[in-house]
Amino acid sequence: MQESPSVSFATNARASENGGTPAVESKTQIAFKDFNFYYGKYHALKNINLDIYHSQVTAFIGPSGCGKSTLLRTMNRMYDLYPEQRAEGSLLLDGQDILDKSIDINQLRARVGMVFQKPTPFPMAIYDNIAFGINLQERLSRSDMDDRVEWALRKAALWDEVKGILKQSGMSLSGGQQQRLCIARGIAVKPEVLLLDEPTSALDPISTMRIEELISELKQDFTIVIVTHNMQQAARISDFTAYMYLGEMIEYGVTDQVFIKPQKKATEDYITGRFG
Amino acid sequence: MNLRQKRQLLNRVALSLALLAMSFGLFWLFWILWTTFDLGFASLSLKLFTQMTPAPGSEGGLLNAIVGSLLLVGLGTLLGTPIGIFAGVYLAEYGQHTWLGHVTLFINDIMLSAPSIIIGLFVYAIYVSQVGHFSGYSGVVAIAMLVIPVVVSATTNMLKLVPDSLREAVFALGAPKWVVISKVTLRASVAGVLTGVLLAVARVTGETAPLLFTALSNQFWTLDMNQPIANLPVTIFKFAMSPYKDWQELAWAGVFLITLGVLSLNIVARVLFRQKHRS
Repeated sequence: MQESPSVSFATNARASENGGTPAVESKTQIAFKDFNFYYGKYHALKNINLDIYHSQVTAFIGPSGCGKSTLLRTMNRMYDLYPEQRAEGSLLLDGQDILDKSIDINQLRARVGMVFQKPTPFPMAIYDNIAFGINLQERLSRSDMDDRVEWALRKAALWDEVKGILKQSGMSLSGGQQQRLCIARGIAVKPEVLLLDEPTSALDPISTMRIEELISELKQDFTIVIVTHNMQQAARISDFTAYMYLGEMIEYGVTDQVFIKPQKKATEDYITGRFG
Repeated sequence: MNLRQKRQLLNRVALSLALLAMSFGLFWLFWILWTTFDLGFASLSLKLFTQMTPAPGSEGGLLNAIVGSLLLVGLGTLLGTPIGIFAGVYLAEYGQHTWLGHVTLFINDIMLSAPSIIIGLFVYAIYVSQVGHFSGYSGVVAIAMLVIPVVVSATTNMLKLVPDSLREAVFALGAPKWVVISKVTLRASVAGVLTGVLLAVARVTGETAPLLFTALSNQFWTLDMNQPIANLPVTIFKFAMSPYKDWQELAWAGVFLITLGVLSLNIVARVLFRQKHRS
């Protein structure tokens, strides 16, 4: 995979303006410390140390099976559904260790939303798809609920397309619309962090573009972590990039720097397409 | 003969053999249906639905047997369906990898193919012989025991078809497991589960053996489920074996009614399933 000239040119220009190291004013929202993860006996993530910053887009890149989705799924403890998977070390969200057994996992997942690779609309009306998550967390009056549903659909840039058909099944929408519905559903509960697991890999270029634009807008309100196979996408939309390989964090830093002046040879090989 | 002709010939021979085998099977099926409709239709009359089963030689209908059958099958389904759905939910959502889940699934498969006369005898042994008399309730228990495995396997199979990605998406919103199951996964498979229930009803409607040992039969009108109660299958069995011509005709009418009922249930199940899966 090769970076298009225009993209590298643009990022190059931006990087040199800041002298290659843009100032980071954001505070840490999520911190992995000596974090390890196992699928049964298989050691999938090895000694991860990583800070994810508030109101920034952080991208995880790396070849298939390198552990980037696994890492993403630890932040809302999705792995809890599977008894043979376990995590060690510490994982702090706003300073609180969420690996702690005493954490209310449903509350955690309300704070850390997630959108998956394949659109997963629920078998119910579009309106109910959005209201579903809200109803789990709070009791809203009918009109407040209407407002919230509209707010979420507007945020996800879907409102204009569905405002007349809110009673229709969410399954009746196109793939790109379904994915925006899932994003709307995720932000409707007003989480602090939004995890995106290859959200555009099943979508056509136009839907992909809309979702990328959306991500750039959403980062004003949410901290976004995205896993992507598409390196141009990571370069376009993320502020920070982490390159992973075989369960290890090879390189992590400001996106422009990782893409223009990678510190490690392995990172350079991967992003220039010589490997992966 | 070149290769192409050889292949064509072989194709024709194979096709003819397959068609022949199919017609052989269909022939008997249509013969049975034809006999049922021919003889059943001839003895169809309004009296069937207004009069009780008669003594030999006198006029009568099947009203008590029809109502009895509806009661037995209805209550049996009402008793068996929730148990079956809950068991199916356990098997698909909770007990998938547990020892109890595997054993339950295995036993359910046995129950699914167990001859119904065994169920009848079992209920006779644990209920009828303890109480000392045949009764509608024991018939309901026997019917429910036949309904349960069908509903269990329909529920389990339909829930297993729901992709894990959908389950994860609900969990990711912070939903507790019971909400995931009741609001989303069961909802996604409701058409399949309902189809399973309808097919279970269709199956038990014609069951004779389990009722022979439990509800028995009753020549008269009764709604008392603690007494032996009339029902179509046992009435058909009794009347068809009798030497009386009018009883035999009533038996055919009963056969016709059951066939028609099962046929329409199957059609409804099919339509329902298809509609749900298109939308």
